[in-house]
Amino acid sequence: MPGAAHPRDNQGNPSMLIHIAKRILVALPTLLIVSVLVFSLQKLLPGDPVLALAGEERDPATLAALREKYHLNDPFLMQYLRWLGGVLTGDFGVSLRTGQPVLELIGQKLPVTIQLAFMSMFFALLIGIPTGILAAVKKGTVLDWLANVIALSGLSIPNFWLGIMLILLVSVQLGWLPASGYESPFVDPLRSFQTMLMPSFVLGTGLAATLMRHTRSAMLGVLSADYIRTARAKGLGSREVIMTHAFRNALLPVITLTALLFGELLAGAVLTEQIFTIPGFGKLIVDAVFNRDYAVVQGVVLCTAMGFLLMNLVADVLYVLLNPRMRTAL
Amino acid sequence: MITKTLLSAAALGALLAIPASASELRIGLQDDADVLDPHQSRTFVGRIVYTGLCDKLVDLDKDVKIVPQLATDWTTSDDGLKLVMNLRDGVVFHDGTPLDAEAVVYNIDRAMTLPESRRKSELSSVEKIEATGPLQVTFTLKAPDASLLAQLTDRAGMILSPTAAKASGADFGANPICSGPFKFVERISQDRIVLEKFADYYDADRVKIDRVVYLPIPDTTVRLANLRSGELDMIERVAASDVAGVREDANLTSQESVGLGYMAIYVNIKNGDRAANPVGQDARIRQAFSLAIDREALNQVVFEGTARAGNQPFAPTSPWFNAALPVPARDVEAAKALLAEAGVERVSIELQHANNPVVTQMMQVIQSMVAEAGFDVSLQATEFATLLSEQTAGNFQMSRSDWSGRPDPDGNLHQFVTCEGGINDPKYCNPEVDTLLNEARATSDVAIRKQKYDAAGAILNRDMPIIYLGHQTYVFGMDKGIEGFQAYPDGMIRLKDVTDAD
Repeated sequence: MPGAAHPRDNQGNPSMLIHIAKRILVALPTLLIVSVLVFSLQKLLPGDPVLALAGEERDPATLAALREKYHLNDPFLMQYLRWLGGVLTGDFGVSLRTGQPVLELIGQKLPVTIQLAFMSMFFALLIGIPTGILAAVKKGTVLDWLANVIALSGLSIPNFWLGIMLILLVSVQLGWLPASGYESPFVDPLRSFQTMLMPSFVLGTGLAATLMRHTRSAMLGVLSADYIRTARAKGLGSREVIMTHAFRNALLPVITLTALLFGELLAGAVLTEQIFTIPGFGKLIVDAVFNRDYAVVQGVVLCTAMGFLLMNLVADVLYVLLNPRMRTAL
Repeated sequence: MITKTLLSAAALGALLAIPASASELRIGLQDDADVLDPHQSRTFVGRIVYTGLCDKLVDLDKDVKIVPQLATDWTTSDDGLKLVMNLRDGVVFHDGTPLDAEAVVYNIDRAMTLPESRRKSELSSVEKIEATGPLQVTFTLKAPDASLLAQLTDRAGMILSPTAAKASGADFGANPICSGPFKFVERISQDRIVLEKFADYYDADRVKIDRVVYLPIPDTTVRLANLRSGELDMIERVAASDVAGVREDANLTSQESVGLGYMAIYVNIKNGDRAANPVGQDARIRQAFSLAIDREALNQVVFEGTARAGNQPFAPTSPWFNAALPVPARDVEAAKALLAEAGVERVSIELQHANNPVVTQMMQVIQSMVAEAGFDVSLQATEFATLLSEQTAGNFQMSRSDWSGRPDPDGNLHQFVTCEGGINDPKYCNPEVDTLLNEARATSDVAIRKQKYDAAGAILNRDMPIIYLGHQTYVFGMDKGIEGFQAYPDGMIRLKDVTDAD
C-alpha cells in the first residue's frame, strides 16, 4: 500500500534540503554552459546588430560610433567576460533597440507570460485530466475514441491557425472578446482576464492533449492493479474506486508531467504571444533575435534556462513528497 | 514609483471603464517604435508617434510642399549659405518651457553632436546655427544644400524641450517632452504608447481628440481583425490582400497615398569579388533584365493593384518624375536582342531578397518573367538583418530591398548612386552623375534642379545600377466614425482636425 511504509516526517527532511542544495549547485555550471552557448551561437548568426538596428539609416560614421559604444569591436572573449561580469553584479546590460535595461524588460514581460502560463495550464488541466480519466474508465468505447480524437486534434492543430480562427470567430464575428492586446490584472482585472482568455485556451489545448494521453495510460495502469480489484471486491462504488483509489495513484506521473510542461508552455508562448500581440517573454525574445539585440537575447535565455532548471527541481521535489518510497533513494 | 504609476493607472482605468472615452483614438501600428528620442530613433512607426508628440520647424503638405510649423517663415541667402528662420511666438513645451531661438539652437547642436545621434548625416551641410533674435535662428552652411529644409520636416527638425533634454541626456526617450499637439503619458514596450491632448498647444482648437493610444500589432490579419471588432479606430499599412475587404466593409473606410519611396533591385557593380558576373559588368544585360519585367502585372498580381508601377526613384505621381522616361512596357524580344548584343544567350544570377511572403511572391513572379528572356535567377530568401549586412558587405550579385523615401529628391538619389554615397551598396561610380547631383543639391531653383535630376536619371536609366520596380502605397483603414483624416505621401498620421464620431 503506498504511503504506509514510512512515518511522515513533519519537521522537515534534512536529506531533502541537502538534495535541493545539491541540485542547485549542479545547476550553476549548467547555466554557465548555457550562457557560453548562447553567446557564441549569437555571434555565429549572420547580420550585424548595429546594422540590423539601423535599418535604412546606415550612415557609416554613426554605425561605427554605436559599435564602439556597445564594445562590438572587442574580441569575443572580452565581450563575453564583460557580459558575465555584469551579470554577476546584477547588470544584464541594456537593449540596443530601446535603451531599456534588460533586467527591467524581463521584469516587465515575465509576469505577463507567467499569467499566460498559469491560465493555459488551467485550461490544459481542465480539459486533459477529466478526458483522460474518462477515456481510461470507458476504454474501448465511443467515449474513449472521442477523447482520443480531441487529444489528437489538440496536438495537431497549429496554434497560429487556431488563434487566427478564434479571433475571426469570437472577436470579429461575435464581438465577445478583444482580438489581441494585454491589460495588467492590477489595472483592470476583468479586461486582463478577457484578453488572456483566447490565448490561454489556444496554448492550453495543445498541452491538454499531452496531459490527457498521460492521464489515460497512468489510469489504465492503476485500474488493473490488485488493490483496485480488492477495493471493488470490498463493494465500494465505482465512483469512489476511481476517484479515491485509482486517480490518486495515477496522479503522481501527471503532476511531474505538469511541472515539466510549464517549460513547454514557454516555448508555445513564443508563437501565441505573436498571434495575440501579448507583450510577454516570447515576443520579447523573438523581436530581440530579429533585431540582433544581443543583451536581451542573452538575458532572456539565461532566465528561461533558470526557469527550466527550477521547474525540474520542483518536479523532483514533488515526486519525492508524493511518493514516500522515493525518500529512501535520497 | 511603480506602485504610484499602477495606482494612477488603476484610477485612470476606472475612469475609462465608463464609455466616456469618446475621444480616445486607438491606432494599430505595424511595429513597435524604438527609442522615443527624435535625435536617436530610426523607425518609421517612431515617426508616426512623433507626428502627435513633437512639432518640427517645418512640415509637409499633401503635395510634399514645405509649409510652416514651428517656423513661420524663412529665407535663404542668394549664395545659399545662410538660412534664416523666424519662429512662432507663444509656443511652449509640454513641461512649460517656452520655445525660443535658444531652444532651437540647443536642439540642432544636440542632433549634430550627441554621440548616439542618427541625425548627423542629415545635418552634415550645417556649419553652425545661431540665435539672431529672441525668435530667430540662422543656419550657416558649409555648402549650399537645397535638401536641408526637407530634412527639417522630419526628425532633424523636431524640437525637444531643452530643459528635459539637458536633464535626461541620452535617456530622453524614456520620457520625451516636446511641443506637439499631444504629450507623452506612458509607454509599455511592445504593447502601447499613450499620449494625451496638450492643453497649451498653440493650435489647440484644431486638436479634437483627447487621448491617442498607439498599439504595435505586427500581424496584418490580426491588425485588421482588431479594426473590424472595434478594438482599434485606425490601422496603418493595410496589407494589399486586405484592401478589397476594407473597401467592402460598410463599417470601415480607407484612405491611401502613393509613398515617397521605391521598391528596387540593387546590382553589385563594383562591391568586391561578387560583382564579377555578367549582370554586374554589362549595362546591356541589366537593361535586358529590366525590359523582361512586366511592372504593371507585378502590381496587379502581387499588390492587387494597390501599388504603382515605376522605373525611377520618384513615382509617376511625383513632380520630380522624368516624363521623358515613361515606365517601360515588357518587351521580351528587345531583352533577348540586348543579351545577344552582349554576346550571351542565357545568364545565371543569384538574387537575394527578404524572406517575407509578399516579397517572396514578387520575386518568384519576376523570376519567371525574366526566365523567358534568358535569365536563370536563383532566389535566396534571406532574413532581413542578414540581407542588410550582406548587401553592405558586397556579398550579393543582385539584392532586392526598399527605400521608404524622402520628401526632397536628393534623399532618394544622392546617397545611393554618388561615388562616396553612404549607402551606395552597388558601389556604382560615375563622375558625371556625381556632378549633376551635387549641382542639383546646391541650388534651390526648382526648374534647374529638375533639369539636373532628369539628366542624372537618363544616365542612371542607361547604366542601371538600381533596377526600380515600383512604389508602395500607404493604405490606412479606419472606422467609419473617423473624420478629417488625410493620407499623406510620407505615410504619417496627422491628428489635427481628426474627429471620432463614436
